[in-house]
Amino acid sequence: MTKNVSVNNKRTFGEWLRSRDGQKVLVMFAFLILPMVLLMVFTYIPFAEMVRYSFYNMKYVGARKFVGLKNYIKVFSRKDCFGALKLSLYYMGGSVVQLTLALYLATILSFKVKGGNLFKGFMFFPFLINGIAIGFIFKFFYTRGFVFDTVLQWCGFELDNLPYWLKDRSINNISLVGTSVWRYFGQNMVLFIGAIMSVDGELYEAAMLDGANRFQQFKYIILPSIKTIFVLNVILSISGSLSAFEPPYVITDGANGTGTYFVVMHEIAHTQQKVGLASAMAVVLLIIIFIVTILQKLFFKYIFRNNEQ
Amino acid sequence: MTVIEKTEKALLTILKYFSLVFFSFCALLPVVSCVITAFKTDSEYQSTNVMTLPESWANFSNFASAFDKAGMGRAFVNSAVILVCVLFFSTLIGTQLAYVLNRFKFPGNTLIRNLFLFASMLPGVAMQISVYEIMYKLRFINSLPGYIILMCGTDVIAIYIYIQFFENIDISLDESAIVDGASYFTIFYRILLPLLKPAIVTSCILKGVGTYNEYYMANMYLQDKKKLATVATSLYTFVGPLGSKYNLICAGVIISLLPALIVFVTCQNQIYSGLTSGAVKG
Repeated sequence: MTKNVSVNNKRTFGEWLRSRDGQKVLVMFAFLILPMVLLMVFTYIPFAEMVRYSFYNMKYVGARKFVGLKNYIKVFSRKDCFGALKLSLYYMGGSVVQLTLALYLATILSFKVKGGNLFKGFMFFPFLINGIAIGFIFKFFYTRGFVFDTVLQWCGFELDNLPYWLKDRSINNISLVGTSVWRYFGQNMVLFIGAIMSVDGELYEAAMLDGANRFQQFKYIILPSIKTIFVLNVILSISGSLSAFEPPYVITDGANGTGTYFVVMHEIAHTQQKVGLASAMAVVLLIIIFIVTILQKLFFKYIFRNNEQ
Repeated sequence: MTVIEKTEKALLTILKYFSLVFFSFCALLPVVSCVITAFKTDSEYQSTNVMTLPESWANFSNFASAFDKAGMGRAFVNSAVILVCVLFFSTLIGTQLAYVLNRFKFPGNTLIRNLFLFASMLPGVAMQISVYEIMYKLRFINSLPGYIILMCGTDVIAIYIYIQFFENIDISLDESAIVDGASYFTIFYRILLPLLKPAIVTSCILKGVGTYNEYYMANMYLQDKKKLATVATSLYTFVGPLGSKYNLICAGVIISLLPALIVFVTCQNQIYSGLTSGAVKG
């Protein structure tokens, strides 16, 4: 009797598998299993582990000791950890420059310009260079008496009056931010051009006929059309500034007061092997980024609601 | 048009072209100075200013010696293997995921979309603290397949490009195939995947450039720099004793960015449209 039932069940399961519904579940399972496993193994499990590690005093190998919130207290009290966050202000300033520049150039390039594609290509290309190469290029660029100093001398500056771009603590973070602006302004520009181009061309013609000048066209047609992507980029650039990593990592290795929060964290995790403390740093920054993102979203929602009224 | 309007227009045009030329100059200067230096001999490099043009534009000895010293032959082979595998598998996984998310309504659809979206907000550098432990447990450190699997994790931008593309493919196509008795697998592989080709090309170019340029994780997980270096990590050879021979370093840098330059020159518009379509939706 029991045998019968199981055979019966099996058959219906087989039948069900061949039916449309069964096929649907099968294909969903087959197509979702790999991406979901990858997502879990390389993102969500590490994420959970990281949160757990942040409560331990531990290295990658060896004994672990539960220390409660001590790591978090250290993050806020150690000079190298929290002080490094101040550096992100430089990067925020840089992203303001970068976005403004990108918007300005995108506006120019979205009207008829001779050789527009060529200019666009020149300015975009830095985005495609790998980070290590950028590190070498700018170590070379900023070296005393080399490229940057030479060009400034052409412009009439005296070498003796110029600072050491990567050593002088009053200027080196600005030099590094400059490399980040150099790398990304072209990419931002391309995004903005794409958004501006998606506006119906007839709108501009109509505006011209109505006698709108370029500035009015910019304000009333271009600006609204790139609102979404602009806000998106502002949000991205703020969280990007908080997690600035590459320029100091590849150019100065964090020396002479250029160590941003992530560079310090990388050093603590992989050189000093204080995994617990580094995890706590990562968690603190993630929380800050989430708060900032949510605040920004609310802020822009508020601004644009007022605009529409 | 009055005279004032005319001068105003002329001034605007001058300003326009001045800005374009100036910022193009800024964008190119660092790279161009590298090219100039890469063609200089050792003695020339030491005796002349960095911006002085080299005596001969046919002096390729730095390129040959950089290629040799950094083991770039091996590195190019490794990078090519990584690139082919990562592009193949991530395209397969990504299109399949987008197909299910776009064509099937099931509880959890939105949840999965949000899981991917949230994952893209986590900064990669911070995550590596604990990913390192997982890679270690899986014995994926110093293993090319391990690194490839890690890199295959689908990125949200690609998924959005695919989903957006599926939205534009009429669902009646699927339905008529179902009436004809085709299975879902057949529909996906035979009908939809070929139609998806433009989106695949676009996201492959973006992902390809990203994979080729990736160095942080490659440096961390492919520690055997002799056998497992990628093009990006092979440049680490120049850190240390060779650190001041910039004519050699610049040659290495130029070699490493040639593939990206070639892809850029040939597929410019696809790169632009890929970036834009990914960003607008994301």
